[in-house]
Amino acid sequence: MIEFTLNGEPRAIEIEPETPLLWAIRDELGLTGTKFGCGIGQCGACTIHLDGEPVRGCLTPVSAAAGRAVTTIEGLDPDGEHPLQRAWIELSVPQCGYCQSGQIMSAAALLSGNAAPSDADIDDAMNGNICRCGSYGRIRAAIHRAAALREEEGSA
Amino acid sequence: MTALTRRGFLQGTAVAAGGLVVGCASPLPPAPLAGKAQVSSFDAWLHITNDDRILLYADKVEMGQGTFTVFATLVAEELEVDPQRIEVRHAPANDAFKQPIQSTGGSASAAGRFIPLRESGARAREMLLAAAAERWDVDVEALRAEDGAVLHDATRRRARYGELAEDAARQKVPREVALKSPEEFRWIGGEFPRVDAAVKARGQATYGIDARVPGLLTAVVVRPPLRGGRVISFDATAATALPGVEAVFEVPTGVAVLATNYWRARKGAALLAAKFELPEGRRYDSAAMRAEHERLLREEDGNELRHDGDVGEALELAPVTLDVEYHTTHQAHATMEPMNCTVVPGEDHVDVYIGTQTPGIVQDVVADILGLSRSQVAVHTEFLGGGFGRRFFPDVPAEAAEVAKRAGAPIKLVYSREDDIANDFYRPATAHRLRGAVDADGHPTAWHHHLVAPSLIKYMVSRMGGAMGPEWLRGTLNALAGAAGSVLPGMLGPVLSHEGAQDQPYAIENVRVASTLWDPDIHVGIWRSVGHSNNGFVVESFIDELAHAAGADPASFRRGLLAEHPRHLAVLDLVVEKSGWGTSRKQNQGIAIYESFGTVMAEVAEVSVRGDEIRVEKVTCAVHCGTAVNPNLVRAQIESGVIYGLTAAIKSQITFRDGMPVESNFHDYPMLRMNEAPQIEVHIVPSNDPPTGVGEPGTPPIAAAVANAVFATTGQRLRELPLRLATTDA
Ligand code: FES
Ligand code: FES
Repeated sequence: MIEFTLNGEPRAIEIEPETPLLWAIRDELGLTGTKFGCGIGQCGACTIHLDGEPVRGCLTPVSAAAGRAVTTIEGLDPDGEHPLQRAWIELSVPQCGYCQSGQIMSAAALLSGNAAPSDADIDDAMNGNICRCGSYGRIRAAIHRAAALREEEGSA
Repeated sequence: MTALTRRGFLQGTAVAAGGLVVGCASPLPPAPLAGKAQVSSFDAWLHITNDDRILLYADKVEMGQGTFTVFATLVAEELEVDPQRIEVRHAPANDAFKQPIQSTGGSASAAGRFIPLRESGARAREMLLAAAAERWDVDVEALRAEDGAVLHDATRRRARYGELAEDAARQKVPREVALKSPEEFRWIGGEFPRVDAAVKARGQATYGIDARVPGLLTAVVVRPPLRGGRVISFDATAATALPGVEAVFEVPTGVAVLATNYWRARKGAALLAAKFELPEGRRYDSAAMRAEHERLLREEDGNELRHDGDVGEALELAPVTLDVEYHTTHQAHATMEPMNCTVVPGEDHVDVYIGTQTPGIVQDVVADILGLSRSQVAVHTEFLGGGFGRRFFPDVPAEAAEVAKRAGAPIKLVYSREDDIANDFYRPATAHRLRGAVDADGHPTAWHHHLVAPSLIKYMVSRMGGAMGPEWLRGTLNALAGAAGSVLPGMLGPVLSHEGAQDQPYAIENVRVASTLWDPDIHVGIWRSVGHSNNGFVVESFIDELAHAAGADPASFRRGLLAEHPRHLAVLDLVVEKSGWGTSRKQNQGIAIYESFGTVMAEVAEVSVRGDEIRVEKVTCAVHCGTAVNPNLVRAQIESGVIYGLTAAIKSQITFRDGMPVESNFHDYPMLRMNEAPQIEVHIVPSNDPPTGVGEPGTPPIAAAVANAVFATTGQRLRELPLRLATTDA
């Protein structure tokens, strides 16, 4: 039995400990917002947070989550109103949308440690996330926009 | 073939004219959309509930190109309601949407539905007005529709559409409706956000791979390394001993492993020790193909597709001639969402959950495999995690149906990324010999293009008959199509492969375009912009070569040859202005202009070169796509098309050795990433013409724009994709 919190809820699952978190979350716990894209750590579609740090769900065994906090796109904000999510909607970032959960989770980790990332910071943080629809320009703009939204609201 | 096409056309007309489905006679099952509310159907697309929800069935799928938003806009414009209020869902596979096949592709969704969906909204509006007039016993002329309600100003009465829907759907369907003129548009041409952005930003959008039903098992299939291979033996003992592995059995395409989750299925699949017998004969190989392509270019003359003037004489007489070869390579679609399909067998029907570009073909193929009629197969189209042409092909649902047939239980077939890349319908690799001449005045006098390319329709021909024709004809149609599958490609040649080559627009007196059909004996198919993706590179690179041979500025040279093409001139002038073309600081630019899917695009790429690395810094685009229903979405699609084409132009390729693709996943088939993505600016030529496609046209010109920029920067003319600088020059 492996226990951890998933989006703030305590969960326990009986599963082979080497099962990647991606599949534990999607197939066993039924949260499908986290996506499968490559299975080898190359695309970032499966990005989730482990104690706030971005990790690749396809390469992280569920055993590594024992006693820790796992956050997925569904738990990033209780109302789905994280500044990144609002910026993503405002700028119509998603196209097919399949990569966007992973993009937003990578961006959220960036913003939590860097309130006003530069373009170079964004390149560094987002390089691991492929968007086959080519929404990179909008992702970049939306990260800047989300940083501005947070600043406005923080200072308000 | 003619009969088929004609039948499809007539059915399509019936839907477009709206005479097909009215009121409660709708053949569609809108109930699941509406919950407990009562639904009134105005046609196959538009349904209004008595609790005032407006539901729209999109018969073109949402794979990122913005169909849902565009469809909502078109209906809303004439229905007089905020597009954001319209709830858009994928239409089920249904014969009401056949025209001639229920499918999405060819950048045709906005273009093809611009009038029909507005008519749908306008008809419903008229019927709602008529219902209100009847209810209030007033003259319909005294009523107006506004923000989802009918108003009678004189008596200040107001009824929401939901209150009127049931009566309205019983009204006589107007034969003709007046549509707004462009000056009256309130939503068309507006920039409001995508209607599917919120669910996609919150992880709530469901794709095919997210299907969940009780008792669902995940299936993976271990296939022979070569298509056409056969299973000789496998040992299921170790796999079935694993926790959660429920079944292992043979299917026509390999060995299926079914488990309670994907990871367990994948682990089981690794333990099968499967042995395969591989087909005899030629094994496709990229190096051998290249040699063969070169031989064909040099020895063959090709089947003539076009001949104006006398190319031979012009080439002989000219003081300056060029004779060069271009080569392109295979590409995989690599949709972000790997291929998958869920099949849920029921008592006397099956449910299929899939992101597909061809719900109509999926329905027919699954019905055929399971021995059912089409009406017994409910195809639930989910969001597509990318399509790009890959999800046009029904190989995956066919395999899923075979697995479900054996399992007799709900199964979700999931491809790994490796499966996805190994079993694609690749962009063809093509070869081109270009000869051209320039006279003493710097005027081009000859253009000779011989291309070697495969047929792109071979596989599809054998699958389409069933989905186009009536049910009872399926067997006959499939048999005919099977026969046609072997005859047609030879007859029609590489129809789609030479688009854009044959009809290049430049005013040159002597033009010959010819093609040689060459079958690589692997699955090739339609890859975002199809034949244009290769021909855009070749045509727009070679015209640039002629410009330089003539000592002319590449933009002015093109302008001089495009006098008959006002839309080309419009985008050319716009891109020249916006990109700062020709200003002294801009020595690193390349230009390309190309028409595809009715849309004309110009792109100027700015590159920088470090060592042998090509970096694309900026791409300025100008597009003429008629009416931009939502300019924000038009820009998004062009941005997307540019990145897609750029990935193929400078990053990756699929090569074959011993019949198998060498590349397998994103480590050796790399995609363009954030740090490599250029700044992209898109400028739209204002126009009230009917809309033309935007999903694909951004892709074809980019490789040439970059190659031309590389030439301007380094003097190296790169005639092969992907573009690679000679390292010695660093
Ligand atoms: S699925 Fe994990 S990085 Fe691609
Ligand atoms: S939006 Fe489709 S892959 Fe990023």
